[in-house]
Amino acid sequence: MGTASDKKLFDENGLRLDGRSPGDLRPIRIETDVLNRADGSAFIEWGGNKIQVAVYGPREAYPRHMQDINQAFVRARYNMAAFSVDERKRPGPDRRSMEISKVISEALQAAIMVELFPRAQIDVFIEVLQADAGTRIAGLTASAVALAAAGVPMRDLVVGCTAGKVDGKVVLDLSKEEDNFGQADLPIAIMPKSGKVVLMQMDGDLSVDEFNEATSMIFKATERINQIQRDALKKNYANTAQDWGE
Amino acid sequence: MSNVKQIVMPGDPVEVPNLKPRNGVYKCGDNAYCSQFFGILQESEQFVDVVPFTGKYVPRRNDKVIGKVIEIGPSMWIVDISSTYTTLLHMNDAPWRVTSGELKRYMNVGDYVYAKILSINEIKESWITMKDVGLKKLEGGTLVSLPAPKVPRIIGKGGSMVNMIKDATHTRIMVGQNGVIWLDGAPENVIVAIGAIRKVEEEAHTVGLTDRVKKYLEDKKGEIVGNSE
Repeated sequence: MGTASDKKLFDENGLRLDGRSPGDLRPIRIETDVLNRADGSAFIEWGGNKIQVAVYGPREAYPRHMQDINQAFVRARYNMAAFSVDERKRPGPDRRSMEISKVISEALQAAIMVELFPRAQIDVFIEVLQADAGTRIAGLTASAVALAAAGVPMRDLVVGCTAGKVDGKVVLDLSKEEDNFGQADLPIAIMPKSGKVVLMQMDGDLSVDEFNEATSMIFKATERINQIQRDALKKNYANTAQDWGE
Repeated sequence: MSNVKQIVMPGDPVEVPNLKPRNGVYKCGDNAYCSQFFGILQESEQFVDVVPFTGKYVPRRNDKVIGKVIEIGPSMWIVDISSTYTTLLHMNDAPWRVTSGELKRYMNVGDYVYAKILSINEIKESWITMKDVGLKKLEGGTLVSLPAPKVPRIIGKGGSMVNMIKDATHTRIMVGQNGVIWLDGAPENVIVAIGAIRKVEEEAHTVGLTDRVKKYLEDKKGEIVGNSE
């Protein structure tokens, strides 16, 4: 969490800086098949976040010693563009992005049927073009869509959302200011059909009650986000049906 | 649901009364099956399958595929069949009397072969053979490729779709199960045939495709060379 400050994060009506009530999501838009050369791709706009995801594979794993004879491994690479944040970010992997790459890889590995592809690897490139809090969850949500669009066999999609504590109140889907000046941030990703948690991290402090409130908010929000994922996937195929006007 | 088949996502339950789930599903509970893919539900007489919209080719024994030689070893050609894994063509499975180290004289890197999957093991290593009727090194012609899951639509029931395209355009067509298609004929005709194939590719998930392709081929009749009329 950022430094404590006396910045007001709620107005007199109890609304947040961007006019949302505590349980509101930012607007989300997902597009699929945006890159021709990738096996699958997706672009997500989640509030101010703009993230491009490309999926390649499953393909034979290289270097050879990384090959697992029983299953494929998922290699997600989360990368922030130098211009994605207010102050220029030094390009290249750092501690934060390596951690995020790892947790996203593991979250996706739980959903993908890796046992069908021995000796293979599945690459997921997540490029953050514009960051505005919650990029790991937005990147993961878009990755699941890109993987489905690539025709990779999966047990389920993966969908995530964040919640946190701002000015002592539990709110859904933190914005940049709330992330910086709030007291806690809790990203969770689940497989929507089974409700299994595949990613959970927490920054800051929440009491047990607050944690429960935050998780139930997230679980409810994932239903809506999952619907957005499904609509995005379907959209390309519904259009071809309408083209003939039959 | 009139002209588009039902679309399913990974994890969606696959339940059709009286039909057994078969391909593209996994067990997600007692007597419950869920989809592995983002694709469509395809119903046949006894079974229901999930057919993905796209995805890599998964080799199966006795499939005929079109592959590209990408590397040459002392006794094997390494062939790319646009699958997750490359495959091997041993010199004894080639239709020529090849001696070790002399593979380059028969097929070089970049050549295409029409071959059959001979065997595949648990770690997905596979071997192909050219020792069967109709299997050969491809010379001349044009290649197009499309996602492997759409190949059954290109072929059609009992080869009806591909035969219709062949007859209407007077081209020779060979379809590999891996989604690579070889065409040969007058350039004008090949262009029309590729157009028809692309149409099938785009509309593979819809019902009544044969009629629309037929109409497309009829509209293009004027562009085809060698028609008897």
